[in-house]
Amino acid sequence: MNINLEVEVVNQESSALVSLTGEIDAYTAPKLKDALLPLTKREGYLVEVNLDKVTYMDSTGLGVFVGALKSTKEHNSQLKLVQLQDRVLRLFEITGLDSIITIDSTVRGGN
Amino acid sequence: MDTLKLDLENYRELLKQYIETQDESSLYQVEQFSKMSMQQKISPEEIVNAHIHALRKLYPELPAEVNTSFDFLLESMISYGLAYQEFQALREKQLELKSEISVAASMQQTLLSTVRPQVKGLDIGAVSVPANQMNGDYYHFVTDKNETLGIAIADVIGKGIPAALAMSMIKYSMDSFPESQRNPSSILGNLNRVVERNVDPSMFVTMFYGLYNPSREVFEYSSAGHEPGFYYNASIDKFEEIKTKGLLLGVTNDATYDQFEIKINNNDMIILLTDGVTECRIGDRFIEREEVLSVIKQYTHLPAQEAVEQVYKHFERLQDFQLRDDFTLIIIRKEV
Repeated sequence: MNINLEVEVVNQESSALVSLTGEIDAYTAPKLKDALLPLTKREGYLVEVNLDKVTYMDSTGLGVFVGALKSTKEHNSQLKLVQLQDRVLRLFEITGLDSIITIDSTVRGGN
Repeated sequence: MDTLKLDLENYRELLKQYIETQDESSLYQVEQFSKMSMQQKISPEEIVNAHIHALRKLYPELPAEVNTSFDFLLESMISYGLAYQEFQALREKQLELKSEISVAASMQQTLLSTVRPQVKGLDIGAVSVPANQMNGDYYHFVTDKNETLGIAIADVIGKGIPAALAMSMIKYSMDSFPESQRNPSSILGNLNRVVERNVDPSMFVTMFYGLYNPSREVFEYSSAGHEPGFYYNASIDKFEEIKTKGLLLGVTNDATYDQFEIKINNNDMIILLTDGVTECRIGDRFIEREEVLSVIKQYTHLPAQEAVEQVYKHFERLQDFQLRDDFTLIIIRKEV
């Protein structure tokens, strides 16, 4: 079982692309948080997170994204999630977070 | 003092034996000696001291420089001794904390405990199994003099003590709402503000609140980001997902919660659960929601309490089954 999470960050001038591979749970969430939060603290920055290769996420993962969202509001930056697998997308839908976090899953990853 | 003295002699003998023969067995024995010393809280510098005394006794003719250097060595060991003492104290403290936490956990259990109410015309079953020591799931039944039944089912995101404390707060806030505001939509709206104001931003709560009104035979409900339950319509023998929409408690302070209602006829069922049920795994595979529903279907002919217990046992029996999250399942059936 793959219980790791790889976090790859590509920084550009006014944005960052964060690509995630693996699972987001209580064990890997701190790693995601450490990578994501500092990016959201950059004024005017767009942080785009690609979840194409995230096969599993639990509620701890949601916590990280909510924390990141709050931070974007404080620092006038933006958070956008793209390419969510159905299982992960469903979690955002059930919890109503899809109404407050920008999610673009038009190009969706396979399950 | 007597045992220590005895140990000193013992140490000297071991040392002598080792110096003369260099055999493994005296090394083993000195290891035992050091373990025993630790049990008796003998500090590192005392062992060094024992060594020095043994050497002086065995070799009275040691060069003066070597003899003097021992004092130097002893002095340098003192900090280690202090660190060791501190370690001992911390270890005791940790045991104390551990027992305090377990007292707190059981107190929490008592505070949050709820009884399955006997409500005329309803058959109610509930099971809640924590994945770890403390349960982050919570369910609660409230009845009032009009025989309406309120049901709260919640999951705190964030585990351990803070989550358990948040649960208490939620329970007591709910208890304090006036009866006029006991409809699901305003309960969740009010709780949302309580959670948003009082709980750490990294922690939030999903909750489903339902209110069964026996005179109107309707089930009113609202959901704050909670895993959808199922409604069984007996007249057409069909299960369907309970449709809801609403944000998790504690994310924004202005969230509002739509209220829905279902007409409940004889033999209809309301099935509520937490995501621990749909997040369980068998080996490397998730149990799909449809699969969960099909398991539930297998047992719904039983009395409600028996049914929920059988569903849990069913999953538990599966090979490589692992509970990643707390598991809570409630079934309510309207009896003829």
